[in-house]
Amino acid sequence: MKSLDDLKVIREKMQGQIAMRTEEGKDFPILDGFKKHVLVCGGTGCTSSSSMKIIEALEKEIKAAGKENEINIVKTGCFGLCELGPIMIVYPEGAFYSRVEVENVSRIVKEHLVEGNIVTELLYDETVDGDKIKPLQETNFYKKQQRIALRNCGVIAPECIDEYIGTQGYEALGKVLTTMKPEDVIQTLLDSGLRGRGGAGFPTGLKWKFAAANDADQKYVCCNADEGDPGAFMDRSILEGDPHVVLEAMAIAGYAIGATQGYIYVRAEYPIAIERLEIAIGQAREYGLLGKNIFGTGFDFDIDLRLGAGAFVCGEETALMTSIEGNRGEPRPRPPFPAVKGLFAKPTILNNVETWANIPRIILNGPEWFANMGTEKSKGTKVFALGGKINNTGLVEVPMGTTLREVVEEIGGGIPNGKKFKAAQTGGPSGGCIPAEHFDVPIDFDNLMAIGSMMGSGGLIVMDETTCMVDIAKFFLEFTVDESCGKCTPCRIGTKRMLEILDKITKGQATMEDLDKLEELCEHVSENSLCALGQTAANPIKSTLHYFRDEYIAHIVDKKCPAGVCKDLLQYSIDPDKCKGCTLCSRVCPNGAIEGTLKEPHKIIPEKCVKCGACMEKCKFGAIIKK
Amino acid sequence: MCSKKGCVPFKGTKEQEKALLEVIAELKDQKGALMPILQKAQDIYGYLPIEVQTIISNETGIPLEKIYGVATFYAQFALNPKGKYRISVCLGTACYVKGSGDLFDSLQEKLGIKGGECTPDGKFSLDACRCVGACGLAPVIMVNDDVYGRLTVDDLDDILAKYE
Repeated sequence: MKSLDDLKVIREKMQGQIAMRTEEGKDFPILDGFKKHVLVCGGTGCTSSSSMKIIEALEKEIKAAGKENEINIVKTGCFGLCELGPIMIVYPEGAFYSRVEVENVSRIVKEHLVEGNIVTELLYDETVDGDKIKPLQETNFYKKQQRIALRNCGVIAPECIDEYIGTQGYEALGKVLTTMKPEDVIQTLLDSGLRGRGGAGFPTGLKWKFAAANDADQKYVCCNADEGDPGAFMDRSILEGDPHVVLEAMAIAGYAIGATQGYIYVRAEYPIAIERLEIAIGQAREYGLLGKNIFGTGFDFDIDLRLGAGAFVCGEETALMTSIEGNRGEPRPRPPFPAVKGLFAKPTILNNVETWANIPRIILNGPEWFANMGTEKSKGTKVFALGGKINNTGLVEVPMGTTLREVVEEIGGGIPNGKKFKAAQTGGPSGGCIPAEHFDVPIDFDNLMAIGSMMGSGGLIVMDETTCMVDIAKFFLEFTVDESCGKCTPCRIGTKRMLEILDKITKGQATMEDLDKLEELCEHVSENSLCALGQTAANPIKSTLHYFRDEYIAHIVDKKCPAGVCKDLLQYSIDPDKCKGCTLCSRVCPNGAIEGTLKEPHKIIPEKCVKCGACMEKCKFGAIIKK
Repeated sequence: MCSKKGCVPFKGTKEQEKALLEVIAELKDQKGALMPILQKAQDIYGYLPIEVQTIISNETGIPLEKIYGVATFYAQFALNPKGKYRISVCLGTACYVKGSGDLFDSLQEKLGIKGGECTPDGKFSLDACRCVGACGLAPVIMVNDDVYGRLTVDDLDDILAKYE
């Protein structure tokens, strides 16, 4: 590819086909090419529930019907609504089939794709409105979403560069190289107000400006795809669904700061993302969109992949660079900041995947467009990975400033089994929890900090009344202890001591003095650790203590776990009024701890009970009491 | 290291060594080559015993203690062989709040091993892992590359039986 005009030829060829896969596309005349597009999610969630087998079955059935030239099967990235996976959408109708099974495929092909009658009973029920189907954008899950970083996920085939080009892909790079000076690019980012999506929310344009100001024979552009927060999977979804957007954005950064080499540091645990990145890099090189003399402008830029090896600390920028250099991934003290002395001791910028995914759109649509979305100090949108005790598990992208209530109740569909919302955890092991009293706080970087949590990379785990907050704090501390790299003492030893105290609390062995000690340790570890891992390790404890102190006290003073989670503090018993004497519980008990004769109320022998809960699960009469 | 009691003797083959030498020759001149070499070496041998680390050290000139330091730093690298069927239980937050801790406890009990260990017959090894990203299916376990989701403790026997 020698020029922007070559790119436009491909775009014009592809854009009608891709527009057909959106609501607006219904109005596009179908010129040539395929008459229907069957989109099947090929993200990790749906692949795990056999979407690949569905694609195979589709190919077979469509071929058998002789329709392979009319119907296009597109293996896309994640649609976001993972709860309903595997997902299949047929366009131009916009028919959304959910939890598709291989056995359903032949029926969908025959009745819908061949005969033209949508199989209504297999559709996502929220999209069925009498005999009409509602557009996906009108369902509760999608209604309030605004997709910028995820705009191509679930729309294009990530393994096909032409499809990305069909969405104006690589035109931002073309625009930058042919019409903008490096300082204009940086100014555009500054004006847009884009802040890093990896956690800390540092202004992206400013980071680039610092790196551009340093003269060096070599500079580097890095992408942080070491998504370590358990429960966060937006970066993986972007890499799986739209890998080229990251490559294009990195090349734009290379031009802006004067770098010719980029590295993507991606978790080895994400095999699909790695494969698609490898394919994308190969295609971009083949098209001349990476490599020497891009668009004939004399600008050179190339990208290599580096695989992480399962160390959470490598999400920290200096540790990540140490790891790319081939060392133990230990952080370095800052300053010097990476913009001055980063990878291989050269000026380096590092941005997170979601940050990169916003950049080409900002270049094409202008900084004002982006700055018009969001709150005063947090512009644009944020992707959240909704998980835990919530009906619609999945990925959502909402404008900054959306409230937790909107995310949990409207988009997430509320809490399953009629349970009550207790708290949402954001920011992973570095973050904190947001209790129900802050349900209406608009979510942005600064508001979350103010209520003792943080944005983090966007994992949002919902907890209900059956979640014990002390146990959750302990869970995160176990994580930090495991992942502490051991370089600095406050983190290596302090987190371990904090975990020991939490362990005592959950076992009912702690005193109120232990709680004081815990709070003191929290302060020391936060203040004295070398990197963000240690500095934020105490956050889960601090925020649960702040909002749920009474739960800690119940464990310590009353020796009770109000949520009924901490096994050492639980007693199982049988309500004699409810027990019908069916003997089921005594049969499932693995330890013979339940006594009783048929049709007589049973009894649990506390000394023998191992508190496994098997009896409670099986009892049909709700007679087993846990407290 | 191999003087340690219970250590599995190294059974590397000539073919494996040849493959490793090819990998080293291909990668050793790029910047920061050690991690990619270790990753490829683990693909070849399944783990990184001291014998393999020694070959890498001899070929690249990187001191053995540095290689050992890197190999022990990252969770992905194993110094002991894994089972024929590697079970990983996701203990990411989304799976944890949906009960994956119980799955992990139950598997330890059923297999009679702790996390990080391998059954004596070399069949199953058990590890906890951090988020495989299939949070929509929580709680999740993986057996080699197969993902099982939306599990309860009662499902585990059927899954294990598939690999007996």
